[in-house]
Amino acid sequence: MRHVTAVRIGPIGFRIGSHWRGPIAAIEDLYAGYPAPDDGIPDFNVHLFAARPWRRVLRPSVHIGGDFVIPDAAPLPLAQGLLAAEMGMNLQMALGLRRYLLLHASAVERDGRAVLMTGISGAGKSTLAALLMARGWRLMGDEFVLIDPATGLAHAFPRLISLKNEGIPVAEQAVPQGRFGPMLLGTPKGTLRHLVPDARAVSAMAEPAEPALLLFPRFGFEAAERAVLPSEAFVRLTQSSTNYVNLAERGFEALTRLVRSVPSRAIDYPDAETAVGMVEALA
Amino acid sequence: MNPAMLLAAVLRDPARAEGLTAPEWTALFAVARAEQLIGTLAHRIDGLAMPPAAARLVKDAIASAEQGRTAALWEAEMARRALAPLDMPVVLLKGTAYAAAGLSPSVGRAIGDLDILVPRERVEEAETALLAAGWEWVKPDPYDDLYYRQWMHELPPLIHRDRDKMIDVHHTVLPLTARITPDAAAMLADSIALENGLRILSPQDMVCHAAAHLFADGDLAGGMRNLWDIHCLLGEFGFDGLAARAARHGLGSAVARAARQANRLYGTPIPETWRVWDSMDPLFVRRLTARDGWGRSTRKLVQLGFYLRSHWLRMPPLMLARHLWTKYRKGHRPT
Repeated sequence: MRHVTAVRIGPIGFRIGSHWRGPIAAIEDLYAGYPAPDDGIPDFNVHLFAARPWRRVLRPSVHIGGDFVIPDAAPLPLAQGLLAAEMGMNLQMALGLRRYLLLHASAVERDGRAVLMTGISGAGKSTLAALLMARGWRLMGDEFVLIDPATGLAHAFPRLISLKNEGIPVAEQAVPQGRFGPMLLGTPKGTLRHLVPDARAVSAMAEPAEPALLLFPRFGFEAAERAVLPSEAFVRLTQSSTNYVNLAERGFEALTRLVRSVPSRAIDYPDAETAVGMVEALA
Repeated sequence: MNPAMLLAAVLRDPARAEGLTAPEWTALFAVARAEQLIGTLAHRIDGLAMPPAAARLVKDAIASAEQGRTAALWEAEMARRALAPLDMPVVLLKGTAYAAAGLSPSVGRAIGDLDILVPRERVEEAETALLAAGWEWVKPDPYDDLYYRQWMHELPPLIHRDRDKMIDVHHTVLPLTARITPDAAAMLADSIALENGLRILSPQDMVCHAAAHLFADGDLAGGMRNLWDIHCLLGEFGFDGLAARAARHGLGSAVARAARQANRLYGTPIPETWRVWDSMDPLFVRRLTARDGWGRSTRKLVQLGFYLRSHWLRMPPLMLARHLWTKYRKGHRPT
C-alpha cells in the first residue's frame, strides 16, 4: 500500500494502508498524540483501496478491507476517507477481537470506577461520553469497552469520539477547547464529526478500571430511571457484543460476572444536561 | 522474501521466526490470517522467543482455533444426530475429519463448513433429514440450485437456522462434469468408523481427496492451508499404497503434484521417484504464494489463469461457455 500509518488505541495496535494520502494524513493528524503499536507489530490491518485502478483518481471511492471483512460493504467517497479508516478499525475489532469480550458501549472512569453506557445507535453514548469527559471524567471510549475475561476489568479503547447529527453542536458547546475533525456531511450515518479524546484519556489509556455501573441510556424521553435486573442486562449485553458467541464459555463467564457484580440502571433523558446530572448522581 | 514464502518457511522451520523484524512479523501474521493458517502458525512457533506483541497474537490464535475445533466437533455431532435414524454411512471430510480423528493437520487449523460424504443414492434422504432438523437452503438463485443438483458433487449448501453453520453434503469428490471421476463408492466402502459412529476416509483416500480438492478442482484460493493439510497427512501416513489408490481414482497426477508442491513449499519428505517436476509446477508455486505483506492477493493474471483452469477442469467447453455467459449476465465477475 502506498500510504501507511500505525497507531495504538488502548491495548490494540492497528496498521492502516491506503491508496490515497488523504485518509492517512487525517488519521495521523487526529491521532498525533497516540503511541505506535507495541513492538511495532499491530494486532490488525486495515486497507483502504480502489476497486479498480482508475477509481483512484476518477470519482475515487474508498473500499474498506483488512484482516477481517464483510462481503459487499459499500464504499465511501474519498472526502469521507477518515470515516472509512475508522470504520475499518471498528470492523477489525468487531469481527476479529478474541482477547477481550467486546461490548458496544461508551465508558468513562473516575477514581478507578468505570461507568459503562450502552444502547442502540442514537441513544447518545458518544455525546454523553464527550460531555462527561468535559466535566473531568477520564474517557475510556465512545464505541467499545473491552472486558478482560481473566480479571473482569474494563480496558479503554479511546478512539476518536464519533459525534453524530444533533450530538455535534451539543459537544462543540460543551468542549469549546476540544480538537475536532472535519465536518463530514452525507455519510451513511448522517452528519458526522470526530472529537479527539483529551490528553488524559490518551495518557491513561493503558490503565484498566473496575466496572462500577452499567447504564442503558435512551434519548428523547422524559427523565426517568429504573433498575435493570441482571438477567435483562445480560440479554441486552449479549446483543451489544459482537464476539460474545465466538468467545463461548469465556464470554459467558465474563458477562455473567459483570452483570452479577455491577448494578444496572436504565435512564431516559430529554437533553444531554439532564443526562449528565443523572449519570453523576448514580455513579 | 515474498511474505507467503516467509510463512511457508516459518511453518517448515519454526526457528526461522526468531530474529524476525517487526515488519516481517506484521507481514507474517497478515498472510497467515489471509491463508487461514494463523492458528497453525501459532502452534508451530508457540514458546519460541518473540516480542510480547507477537506472543499475544499467538496466544489469541491458539485460543481461537481451540474454540473453532469445539464448535466444529459439535456441528458434526448435530449432523450425526440428524442423520442417525437413516442408518447410512456418514463420512466426515477435511477439517472436521482431521479434528475428529485427532490427525496432525488439525493442530490449530481453522475449520470452515462441515463437509460430509454420503452414498449418492441416499443423498436426498440425507437432505430431507437435515431440512427437518433445522438446516435451510442458502442459494436463492434457481439457476445455482439447479446447477448444483444436476452437475455438482454436492448438494446446494445448507445453513442451520439457529447455529448459522454451513453443511456441504457430498456424494462424490469432484463435480460430475469433471473429466476425472474418483470412485466415491470405494471411498465409502473403505472408510473407517470412529467411536461415535461417524466415519473418516482411509488414510490413502484422505490424501487423494485433499489433492483432488486442491489440484483437480477450484482455483487454488487459500491453497497454502490445503497444501499444509497434505504435508501433514503425507508425514503421518507415508506413501504406502498411495500411488495405486490414486490411480484407481484417476487422481494419480493430482496426488503426485500435491506431493511435489508440499515438498517444494513445506519440505515434505517424498520418495525419489516422485520428484519428477513438470513445466507447470513453478506456476502453481506462484499461484499458491500470491500474497503481499498485507495479506492481499496479488498476481492477478496468474489468478485469472487458474480461475479459468478451474472451470476448464470442471466442465466441457460448450457447457463452460454457457455457464460463464449465464453467470456474467447475472453480474458475476472473476475478482
